[in-house]
Amino acid sequence: MTEPLTLYLPRDAAARSVGADAVADRLEAVAQQRGIELSLIRTGSRGMMWLEPLLEIERDGVRQGFGPVGDGDVDALFDQGLADTHALALGPVEALSWMQAQTRLLYRRCGVIDPLDLDAFQASGGLTGLRAALAQSPAATIEAVTASGLRGRGGAGFPAGIKWKTAADAPGGQKYICCNADEGDSGTFADRMLIEGDPGLLIEGMVIAGLAVGATQGLIYLRSEYPDAIATLRAAISAWESRGWLGDDILGSGKSFHLTLRRGAGSYVCGEESAMLESLEGKRGEVRVKPPIPAISGLFGKPTIVNNVLTLASVPDILANGATAYQALGNERSRGTQAFQLAGNIKRGGLFEAPFGLSLRELIETHGGGTRSGRPIRAVQVGGPLGAYLPASMLDLPLEYEAFAAAGAMLGHGGIVVFDDTVDMARQAEFAMEFCAEESCGKCTPCRIGSVRGAETLAKVRRGEDVEANLALVEELCTVLTDGSLCAMGGLTPMPVMSVLRHFREDFQPRPLQSDKTVVD
Amino acid sequence: MPQADIETAKQVCARHDDRAEALIEILHDVQTRHKCVSDDAARVIAHELNISRAEIQGVRSFYADFTTEPHDPNRLRLCRAEACQSVGADRLAAELDKAGIAHEAVYCLGNCALGPAALIGETLIGRASVDVLAAALGKADSDD
Repeated sequence: MTEPLTLYLPRDAAARSVGADAVADRLEAVAQQRGIELSLIRTGSRGMMWLEPLLEIERDGVRQGFGPVGDGDVDALFDQGLADTHALALGPVEALSWMQAQTRLLYRRCGVIDPLDLDAFQASGGLTGLRAALAQSPAATIEAVTASGLRGRGGAGFPAGIKWKTAADAPGGQKYICCNADEGDSGTFADRMLIEGDPGLLIEGMVIAGLAVGATQGLIYLRSEYPDAIATLRAAISAWESRGWLGDDILGSGKSFHLTLRRGAGSYVCGEESAMLESLEGKRGEVRVKPPIPAISGLFGKPTIVNNVLTLASVPDILANGATAYQALGNERSRGTQAFQLAGNIKRGGLFEAPFGLSLRELIETHGGGTRSGRPIRAVQVGGPLGAYLPASMLDLPLEYEAFAAAGAMLGHGGIVVFDDTVDMARQAEFAMEFCAEESCGKCTPCRIGSVRGAETLAKVRRGEDVEANLALVEELCTVLTDGSLCAMGGLTPMPVMSVLRHFREDFQPRPLQSDKTVVD
Repeated sequence: MPQADIETAKQVCARHDDRAEALIEILHDVQTRHKCVSDDAARVIAHELNISRAEIQGVRSFYADFTTEPHDPNRLRLCRAEACQSVGADRLAAELDKAGIAHEAVYCLGNCALGPAALIGETLIGRASVDVLAAALGKADSDD
């Protein structure tokens, strides 16, 4: 009896968005026509989005890639026996320069295994971290997380160990672990890719967090714009429950942890931790005044850890391989790896996991291949809609928290959006204010009203009305937003606006009325 | 509101143990079944969860996902955020207008390396153009 032909094809939403399902259908149909027994394993994505749909076959223990594959390529691929001489053949996937240059800790299983195959998860090191946590005291787990230097990957970069210790020490009965998967920043898809490609890693991290701080309840707040991630995570949670990896007796330890998935509902500000907690309580996503911090008084007023997906997913590795190994990666106070996401007008876009410290230029030019349009890079926005726009002259900036802060920018969640020289930066500044006006929760005045006034004033500037006086007004408004807003929504909206004023002031000079103005509706 | 709809709303609440903290999940589920969260449905939910209709209205109006009038589940939502702007999302929106194809704005679908991105129902579309979107809309309609 012959072995079935085993092929791997992503089920990741990005791969599906460019035709992976049609390729899968065609593979099944052609295999049937030819009497070939096919085992098609749908994986997460490797993160090389320009190669999606990326089809893989394993030969002598090495995964060989073909991409980007269209459904029209399938017949020819079979005709040639998926030979490495085919025009779409990429050779060994892990030998591609994009893969070679990375340090894949978080994403090592992404694109490799079926995300819902718990045996494959375990065979590739899954549960090692959780077993280590079960074998030691909660204090030792917290100590390891602290020693690793892990900082929150959501954007603020707060040391995870300190947050955990605060919640562990806080009195107050029921405690909660809340995972922030409300990945609303444009240019970011790291959380989505991890949840769709290796949900077990996140769940494992959350269980470890629960054991460490004494929380028996976990909630994941996942945005509704990610229907595929919702479906995968739901299936993963129930698979873990049926195995006894989640529930009242985790891996036979007698310890308990329950996990609930909650969907967002189209609000950007709910990515702010206190607004997210309100939303998890079934309320309007309005931010809370801090203090108290959530680690003391969070969900339902109880001690709560709020961590980003990637923060929690970093934990299993720290426990499995030790804090020292993790701490050895990165620079200065930025330790471990960061999932950088190359997006926007980029030739080879995707997810690139590497220790902190490499430069924007290396990432964008060497790995990303420059702009997709082939035109010169004009601006790069790092860290989402609240991050600074950097000019091409600043591409040598190292990607780490402190260097970015010193440059008036932020790394945020690691999203990097590239713009070519056709961009109108004055329009981008105006959009930043419009976005804030659209997404403000309305609780504090600087954000609610300041953003509307900011958008109006920048519109006047773009029409050439009293440019210098109005720009002075914008700067003043930005100061009020920065100093007076309750949360990062209002507090950081000035960052993109001021970065445009600082680096691209020429774009505010009067010019013929733009006809391409779009309105946020 | 037909009795059957009242019953579905009640069932949705019951599935979430009539707990007010699950309100957003409940609104999602009701909207999936009824294509909106009508005032009638809000009244039923308020009763089941023992909270005021004002609270439901506050939540329903805060979140962009919920509508009071039935919407087409296969409507086209085009990403208008920065990563898609950098590859011509605004231009695409104008072209869609010209072609008479209705679309709504959404801010980030997590497909930022393959923009412009769009969502039709729950189907994500990458490298969107008028042709790609028109074909996908046709397919979504014929699949129903």
